[in-house]
Amino acid sequence: MKRTVLASAFLALAATSVQAESLVKVDGSSTVYPVTEAVAEDFQKSVKGEIKVTVGISGTGGGFKKFCRGEIDVANASRPILKKEMEDCAKEGITYYELPVAFDALTVVVNPNSKITQLSVAQLKKMWEPDAQGKVSNWNQVDPSFPDAPLNLFGAGSDSGTFDYFTEAINGKSKASRGDYTASEDDNVLVQGVSRDVNAIGYFGYAYYAENQGKLKAVAIVNAKGDAVLPSEKSVIDGSYNPLARPIFIYVSAKALERAEVRQFVDFYMKNAPALTSEVKYVPLPAKAYEANMEHMKSKKLGTVFGGHADVGVTIEELISREAKL
Amino acid sequence: MNNQDIASIRGIIRGNRRWDLIFAVAGFLALTVGVLAFVTLFGQMVINGWERLNPDFFTSFPSRRAANAGILSAWVGSLLVMLVTALSAVPLGVAAGVYLEEYAPKNLVTDIIEINVTNLAGVPSIVYGLLALGVFVYMFGFGQSVLTAGLTLGLLILPVIIVATREALRAIPVHVREGAYGCGATQWQVVSDHLVPYATPGIMTGVIIGLSRAIGETAPIITIGALTFIAFLPASPISSTAPFINFDWLWSGFTVMPIQMFNWTSRPEEAFQQNAAAAGLILVLMTLLMNALAIWLRYRLRKSIAW
Repeated sequence: MKRTVLASAFLALAATSVQAESLVKVDGSSTVYPVTEAVAEDFQKSVKGEIKVTVGISGTGGGFKKFCRGEIDVANASRPILKKEMEDCAKEGITYYELPVAFDALTVVVNPNSKITQLSVAQLKKMWEPDAQGKVSNWNQVDPSFPDAPLNLFGAGSDSGTFDYFTEAINGKSKASRGDYTASEDDNVLVQGVSRDVNAIGYFGYAYYAENQGKLKAVAIVNAKGDAVLPSEKSVIDGSYNPLARPIFIYVSAKALERAEVRQFVDFYMKNAPALTSEVKYVPLPAKAYEANMEHMKSKKLGTVFGGHADVGVTIEELISREAKL
Repeated sequence: MNNQDIASIRGIIRGNRRWDLIFAVAGFLALTVGVLAFVTLFGQMVINGWERLNPDFFTSFPSRRAANAGILSAWVGSLLVMLVTALSAVPLGVAAGVYLEEYAPKNLVTDIIEINVTNLAGVPSIVYGLLALGVFVYMFGFGQSVLTAGLTLGLLILPVIIVATREALRAIPVHVREGAYGCGATQWQVVSDHLVPYATPGIMTGVIIGLSRAIGETAPIITIGALTFIAFLPASPISSTAPFINFDWLWSGFTVMPIQMFNWTSRPEEAFQQNAAAAGLILVLMTLLMNALAIWLRYRLRKSIAW
């Protein structure tokens, strides 16, 4: 009897001790993760551990689910919020700021010994569109001037935001892709594959190319103006590397932003993002974009500027000036 | 019997003996495949991860710089989760096992329960993760905490412990039971004074097999929403002021070794692969250590049992 009383006392004690401490919860995309992780690491050091930050990886979609249930303060997102997710947030009364934090440049890579140096969107489409499945299997089918060699494709697995964006930008429809290629959610597998096969071509985030430049060759992409452009910090910022450059975001709950610790964290994020994004091999936005983010939070510019669907090849200037809505 | 008959009999024997040899070779090859695979894996982890194994690796939090990154939050998280797992699964599992084996009437219902328990041991772990997400995280409101993770893994290894308990009880000779009953002991006295103590070595084995499985589980932990970056430790269970122990750590966010490893393997920087290998090595060593502890305990406990 005595023991059960003691045990239940402990349980009660345990249950009441869920205290409100200074904790900022972030979750979402694995693409945005390295940036937020770097910010969280330095932020905790700068406040001497008085504010704690946790970052999870449950994917952009998983992050928004938690965000719209009010379980987390900040959502990492490698694509804009979708219609369905906007509705979920509205239902729970969650309002938010959409803050672009960096660019991710999807990079098309080939083996260093490959003769390919540039590709157009139309050529990429010929390789990757759903109709190519089982039919396009030789480089010279893509372009007669290309070598007569098997076309070995390596690409992102269908659960990743990279896959969503690439298919949207190249094939015109998100998730529309041929299925007969070597797919992996782990980009390192793709790096290995392309670096060992002279006839291979693959795509993934710029950071993986930057880290493996010796083993891979980036392909210049012919943009809307007809110039072949290699991915680089400069070409991404000035918008000439398109359509494969995309902004990545954090979404901050307006209600959470009223808490001092969240405010401090987001301010720190905007101030230090340029240096930290470069360090983790992402392309920072121009300085005025971060200032605009701060401005938008001050003027309570709530909501998304995308209206629930992903646009391809939007410049950062356009993003800043667009009207946002919930 | 003439010489020809003897020769043909010897021929038959030789033929049959050949099968002995063939099987021995085949069996040895089968064994080699497993052992070689393990040695290669382990060797590769040692080679890749050796450099990173220094004291700092154990006392540092995750970091974007591979050289500064460590496994502090991961191993503490794994340890705390295992503690909750053991504390929840062992009493439940042993009690259920004893009941099924000693108390439960043998009828259709218990048969069905038995079959279910055995089948539960084979249910994919992600299913437990989904169950826990619904029940512990949302219905009970435990959140994405050490408590949730520990209870989830506790459920996962419960069938293993139940089955091990029953096997251990069954291995006790009938005359022990009958002798005790013969002296007028009640069922509770038989169970608590004889059966459970004698079965302890076997139960221990089951517990350790279960915990070794649980410590490497990733899927259910990810499902309930474990964190990836966490640069602080849960509140210490022991404090210097009254009431000296606190349970805040149960509600804390956490990460575990396999998640930390997985995160590192998917990084672009080569140096993180070393970290992943080193973390993997530690995880294997943790499992080996647990197994060693089990073998030692079993040996000690067995020595003190004399039938």
